[in-house]
Amino acid sequence: MASLNVRAVIVSLLMLIVLLGLWEALNQPPEASEAMTEFELLMGGADDEARVPPPSQVAVHAWDELSNPFYDAGPNDKGIGIQLAYSLMRVLTGYFAAALIAIPLGFVIGMSPLMHKALNPFIQVLRPISPLAWMPLALFIIKDSEQSAIFVIFICSIWPMLINTAFGVANVRSDWISVARTHELGALKTAFQVILPAAAPTILTGMRISIGIAWLVIVAAEMLVGGTGIGYYVWNEWNNLDLNSVIFSILMIGVVGMLLDMALGSVEQLVQYKE
Amino acid sequence: MAKPFVSIEKLTKIYPSKDDDLVVFDNVNIGIEKGEFVCIIGHSGCGKSTILNVLAGLDEPSAGTIVMDGKEVRGPSLERGVVFQNYSLLPWRSALQNVCFGVRARYPGWNKRQVQEHSARYLEMVGLGASLNKKPSELSGGMRQRVSIARAFATSPKLLLDEPFGALDALTRGVIQDELIKVWGETQQTVFMITHDVDEAILLADRILLMTNGPRAQVAESVKISIPRPRNRAQIVEDPAYYRIRNHLVNFLVTRSGEIREQGDNDGSGPVTVDPSLDTTADTDDSSDPLALQAAI
Repeated sequence: MASLNVRAVIVSLLMLIVLLGLWEALNQPPEASEAMTEFELLMGGADDEARVPPPSQVAVHAWDELSNPFYDAGPNDKGIGIQLAYSLMRVLTGYFAAALIAIPLGFVIGMSPLMHKALNPFIQVLRPISPLAWMPLALFIIKDSEQSAIFVIFICSIWPMLINTAFGVANVRSDWISVARTHELGALKTAFQVILPAAAPTILTGMRISIGIAWLVIVAAEMLVGGTGIGYYVWNEWNNLDLNSVIFSILMIGVVGMLLDMALGSVEQLVQYKE
Repeated sequence: MAKPFVSIEKLTKIYPSKDDDLVVFDNVNIGIEKGEFVCIIGHSGCGKSTILNVLAGLDEPSAGTIVMDGKEVRGPSLERGVVFQNYSLLPWRSALQNVCFGVRARYPGWNKRQVQEHSARYLEMVGLGASLNKKPSELSGGMRQRVSIARAFATSPKLLLDEPFGALDALTRGVIQDELIKVWGETQQTVFMITHDVDEAILLADRILLMTNGPRAQVAESVKISIPRPRNRAQIVEDPAYYRIRNHLVNFLVTRSGEIREQGDNDGSGPVTVDPSLDTTADTDDSSDPLALQAAI
């Protein structure tokens, strides 16, 4: 009997083949009854209905794009690698700016019941706001679409990190705090040597949720601000009626999101401890 | 009269509430000499752990003072190491790192090698020389408690042990008791330990303090254990004084701990000193019935 992993891979592959097969079979253009003129071919031939391109076409297109991901032939024609790099740059800038504020602030909220009560109403009101709702205000105040997109990422990734940090810090076992106290550790040493390592797994979980949300939001934000980025690219290819590119970029968004999550997941493993 | 090394004077702890304040213990006076091993026994809820937490500086008394080595105790200090019942090791650090954590706090001027050598020496003393780099989650309960004991002995001249063996099985308990005596014998530190186990207290202590039932608990007696050291679990039961002491303690826990409370007098004069080994009439006392002991604990 093969190991569980091997069997899982086999089942996954079977499902993939069935799905791709169905997709391919259901999206074939009808047989042309006679030879078409060049004009007819250009307009989609005898097919009077638009179709989702079958996977074989998407795969050929993906190969083209991936074999030259960083070409730059003008504002509306850049390689997929460049578009993804723009999006990643915005996500990481906004995300790390959020972490820089959320983690120290979360520490304060977690350690001080007063600050927790005082700040809680603000958090509860601001947290449910869709990040894109901030966009008009951000554009007006910042007057730069690029930075507004980064601000939107900042505001959407701050909440899970803030709340998880506060929760993790507030719930550090009192025994460990007692250990710090009986060893006469100062506030700063207690924070870094006891509370931070104790709360690190919870904080990292918050960071992992945040990066996921940030990657979801960047696509929508870039559709609004335009210019560059994977979100803009999807929308632009839709305007070009190039569904091959749309499907290809959707897949790429998924792959990059998965890689971001895996990266945070492996950091989470590093700080994890067993009681 | 010269003050003892550690002097607990008129210590009172009250938890205020709306209708009736809860007086945990009242007017407790205890003196501990340097290098002495003192155990405190009493029923659950009599405030033993609260006394220990006040001694550790983790809790505030409602009234009274603790004077240690001529200075009043205020807040926690590295002078007093605490071993908690649930070990309280930092789970992301290895056994050695947990001890180093304490040693580094105690001796900030030491370099890394000094800290590690000192820590490893104490871990070897408790028989964990082979498990220095294991995380607490990889150690058994008994091994974790040994790390905790090593950490306390490696850093502090006075030790406070809050039922350190309460969560361990009887065999492991015996082994660690031996190690505790060994380390204490080598370092001559002052130990104040809470226990529920009469035999454990007789084996370890120079003196056993008996607390009456709470609320309004008090330290009623200070029982001197005159059995000569080194003591050993197998031979100690053959000492003629052993059962006299044991009967005295069990008798106190089963009957007198409740009666004294009902009499309700507490003049704050401190515990009565008793040495049951001198009392030969108690040999005929039949209160050593093991069932009675079980009922008491």
